Amino acid sequence: MIQLVETLISGLTLGSIYALIALGYTMVYGIAKMLNFAHGDIIMIGAYAVIVSVATLRLPAVVAILISVAVCTLLGVTIEFLAYRPLRQSPPLTVLITAIGVSYLLQNVALLIFGSEQKSTPRMFQIPDLKLGAVTISGVALLTLGVTAVIMIALTLFINKTRMGKAMRAVSEDKEAAELMGISVNKTITVTFAIGSALAAVASIFFGATYVYIKPTTGSMPGIKAFTAAVFGGIGSVPGAMLGGILLGVLEQLSKTYISTLWSDAIVFGVLVLVLVVKPSGLLGKTVREKV
Amino acid sequence: MSVFDDVQNYKSEGSHLVPYPSGAVIPQRDLGKTPVLEALHLGVDFGGLTAVDDFSLVVGRTEIAGLIGPNGAGKTTVFNLLTNIYQPTRGNIMLDGYSTAGKTTAQLSHMGIARTFQNIRLFSNMSVLDNVKVGLHNNTPESLLAAVTHTFGYRKWERQAESRAMDLLDFFGMADLAGEAAGSLPYGAQRRLEIVRALATNPKLILLDEPAAGMNPSETAELMVNIRRIRDTFQIAVMLIEHDMKLVMSICEGICVLDHGKVIAKGSPDEIKANPRVIEAYLGKKKEDGDHAEG
Repeated sequence: MIQLVETLISGLTLGSIYALIALGYTMVYGIAKMLNFAHGDIIMIGAYAVIVSVATLRLPAVVAILISVAVCTLLGVTIEFLAYRPLRQSPPLTVLITAIGVSYLLQNVALLIFGSEQKSTPRMFQIPDLKLGAVTISGVALLTLGVTAVIMIALTLFINKTRMGKAMRAVSEDKEAAELMGISVNKTITVTFAIGSALAAVASIFFGATYVYIKPTTGSMPGIKAFTAAVFGGIGSVPGAMLGGILLGVLEQLSKTYISTLWSDAIVFGVLVLVLVVKPSGLLGKTVREKV
Repeated sequence: MSVFDDVQNYKSEGSHLVPYPSGAVIPQRDLGKTPVLEALHLGVDFGGLTAVDDFSLVVGRTEIAGLIGPNGAGKTTVFNLLTNIYQPTRGNIMLDGYSTAGKTTAQLSHMGIARTFQNIRLFSNMSVLDNVKVGLHNNTPESLLAAVTHTFGYRKWERQAESRAMDLLDFFGMADLAGEAAGSLPYGAQRRLEIVRALATNPKLILLDEPAAGMNPSETAELMVNIRRIRDTFQIAVMLIEHDMKLVMSICEGICVLDHGKVIAKGSPDEIKANPRVIEAYLGKKKEDGDHAEG
């Protein structure tokens, strides 16, 4: 019982990280209609930004976090501007290949700068563990869950209540009609990339705090899993990415604890395949009506 | 004898068209004011195909103008050129006296052009009210910071936008539908909402692409009343593509006829009805089958 509760909590924590990353995939897909495969590598850059700020520059943790968020946001917006914007009218395949190219570029730049050996993330949060009877919850897990919850509520309010949020929903439904309403599609896409990348930076901080070791290819696996989570929840749907991320994390931890650490990924992806066979648009995805 | 026979009884508004430089005509009351639209020798090629060629048109500030022609004549292409969804290969567009060259569609919207689509393109997952509020985006800039922090100014804007949106919906008798999802409205209401949303951008010229398509005669009659009300209330120009000749002949002041991407006639409804080239374009030459006249 205690083991189950602890597993569920660590699953929720891991799931929150996936969800934060998945939000970036799903928002960019919903609005720019492209898969940004370089998104996972932004996490890696964010983690290195923290390491450099804290270990090399000796800055306090809060400043390091702000720097990491700023670096990722700027990087995301720059990638969009330099690599994706010129391809706005190109076929989706061209954009996809470009995104994969950007992903390798980021990994290799990191390899050049930081070398191939893994670096350890400095300990940034000194939060005491919480003991509830026999169950112990780590401080980092609590912080991850709390911050993720706040971010998700804020993002939902932003999308539903603000004008920029309305503009984003309008662009995701119909770019041309949105332009005719005076909404700049380019500006909206820039804001989307900025938000997605900032969320990736937050994810990278919690990822570093949980998994400690960072190397240039660190971003790929959480990136792929978060992408899977986004598809699982219904790509393009914001609540879908949240739900998909959390379910994926819980599923992964459950199979690691009760079945096999080795098999956990196979099990997680197996469940994904099953869900997509039954519901191809994902859990909360909308079935796309073909325009006639 | 012609497709226009059954509309001879409908009387046009009797507005007097007067010549305008470059061979165009505009309603007399709009003379002396900058025309809302001046298109000069517009043309666009797709690959080797010329879709529209040498299209020139002047629309007066408060004119209701019609753009008609057989299927495939290039009417919607002209609308796409006017809104810079397609970049013209040749020619100039002046909107309210300013050139639209190099502007984005969003910038053109700010300059005062709005349109509806042949196949309705609402934001169907958003509420009726939100659709109109998206249109109101044009009127005031909002800083991202204000949006995030919900400052006083932002809330005030939201309140103003909401009341303005409700006014517009009320104008078309749709206020009670404000909370519905746009996609769940009946067809006629969706068409009306698309017009409301376009009006929300505060345009000087509104382009309507087949506004009566799929409507029954009573809905069409209501639409005609609404188009006149739009012009009279907001004092803006309306340009419409329409196959319903009763509608075109009874509410349009100036009509432009396109065929195979070229203007074949311009003038008042009476002149258009009597023009042999127009009749030929719709019915084909004598001895040919007249089937493609429906349209």
